[in-house]
Amino acid sequence: MFRNSPEQAIKERVLAVQEYSLLAGEAVANLARRPRYLSDMILQADFIGFGSLPIVGLTGLSIGAVLALQTSTTLQQFGSVSLTGQLVSFSMIKEIGPVLTSLMLAGRAATGMASELGSMKVTEQIDAMRALGTDPVKKLVTPRVVSTVIMLFFLTILSDLMGLLGGYIVASGRLGLSTQQYWTSTYQQLQFPDVFQGLLKPFFFGFIIATVGCYYGVSTKGGTQGVGRSTTQAMVASSVLILIVDFFLTQLLIWIFGR
Amino acid sequence: MGTSATTTNGHPPSTEVVLEFQDVELGFDRHLVLRGVSFQLHRGETKVLFGVAGSGKSVLLKLALGLLKPDSGTIIVLGEEVTSMTEQQLFGLRRRIGMVFQESALFDSLTVEENVAFRLMEEHLPRDEVRERVTEALRFVELEHTIDKFPAQLSGGMRRRVAIARAIITQPEIIFYDSPTGGLDPITSTTIVELLVKQRDVYQTSALMVTHRLQDGFTMATHRFDRQRGEMVKVKNSDVNTNTSFLILRDGKVIFDGTGRELAGSTDEYIKEYIS
Repeated sequence: MFRNSPEQAIKERVLAVQEYSLLAGEAVANLARRPRYLSDMILQADFIGFGSLPIVGLTGLSIGAVLALQTSTTLQQFGSVSLTGQLVSFSMIKEIGPVLTSLMLAGRAATGMASELGSMKVTEQIDAMRALGTDPVKKLVTPRVVSTVIMLFFLTILSDLMGLLGGYIVASGRLGLSTQQYWTSTYQQLQFPDVFQGLLKPFFFGFIIATVGCYYGVSTKGGTQGVGRSTTQAMVASSVLILIVDFFLTQLLIWIFGR
Repeated sequence: MGTSATTTNGHPPSTEVVLEFQDVELGFDRHLVLRGVSFQLHRGETKVLFGVAGSGKSVLLKLALGLLKPDSGTIIVLGEEVTSMTEQQLFGLRRRIGMVFQESALFDSLTVEENVAFRLMEEHLPRDEVRERVTEALRFVELEHTIDKFPAQLSGGMRRRVAIARAIITQPEIIFYDSPTGGLDPITSTTIVELLVKQRDVYQTSALMVTHRLQDGFTMATHRFDRQRGEMVKVKNSDVNTNTSFLILRDGKVIFDGTGRELAGSTDEYIKEYIS
């Protein structure tokens, strides 16, 4: 349902894309400009990275365990239960680890950014910052983008490891695989392109999470109701963008590496 | 006022223009908020901007700071045309201007000290100097004891005074006050107005004050800060000029720009009704 005419609604969407692109571009360009607000980056890294450890660890562990359970039932039919570790590691490292961690972080960090910056916007704190001669994009957006990109990379590694551990718990506890059997199969077939794919994706997803969260935050309108709306939109938009970008990025990487 | 009038600081009124609006227009959603607004603010002068809610008062301040861009017209602040400046260029200019927002707009994740020191910290001044200047600014607004508190722990009036301390800490050349007494009780309002009079008379800062409270404007025009007594006193001598003028906006248009005496003697029906 369009609030205004369809033409007006389309113009608003195009304008939103333009504003998002400008904000994202400016956030990146600020990396070359001083001041760099290192303390703000560390503060954000603590919130985004350290603060997300429990949820990311738990999700990775749980998904790894479930993957082992699900794949083992199929593998049992072919007498190949020993390949459980390989399937878990392929799935976790190449795809599920980065995507799931990103989606979890979108739920935690993108919404947090949208609500925090949105509250600042509606209470004129962002205008006050501009009035005090400080660039809010440099002070608020760039540190969040840098911290999210860096921390998501490490969170993904943690999630992958926890996933493998979850798989191991199931493999040794329920499937009767030995420790050596499981861990050997997890890394035996892994090649550089697989690990590279899994570790490249967080950089793109982290950028999406932070820029989308910040964009919805700084463009909040309409008081506290607007803050709520921005928070929801940030979650939905960043998740959808992550899934879309993941598809095309995977296609591209398969085309480049052939696997 | 007589031609021989001096300001409260003992100098004749300055003719240097620090802020000028030339035929400025701005609209939102096909509705014109400001229509051909033109006026000047001189160095050391305080201009009180009156108008009913929605008449475009706050928007005018945001335009002067370059936080908004007009649809047409020219705005010159401290000799620079803000209408043609980029956001990056404006950051430099804004460091010479102070702004007190309607709802204080203090950073709620920072302490009072960090709020007041925000601009100094951005300039990477030594910590000792920052602390000293913050204490001095807070002493000016009589809130030294709140230095370690967070904005949420302060009352509305205290937050407004911290916002004033944040605006004056770098001794800006112009200060914009957006309804500094809005939503406050009469006693707190008088405290705030006294601070504005003190800032005007002690530092001779040019100011543009938006308000819908007539008594605040008239108090500014009829009082001066007595340094010996350390308080605001009523001006008795007609030769003393508090250098305060008035501007009235109606439906986005300037319908009055002049002194308090001219305002009191206005024959315009709307103005007569407004100030009655």
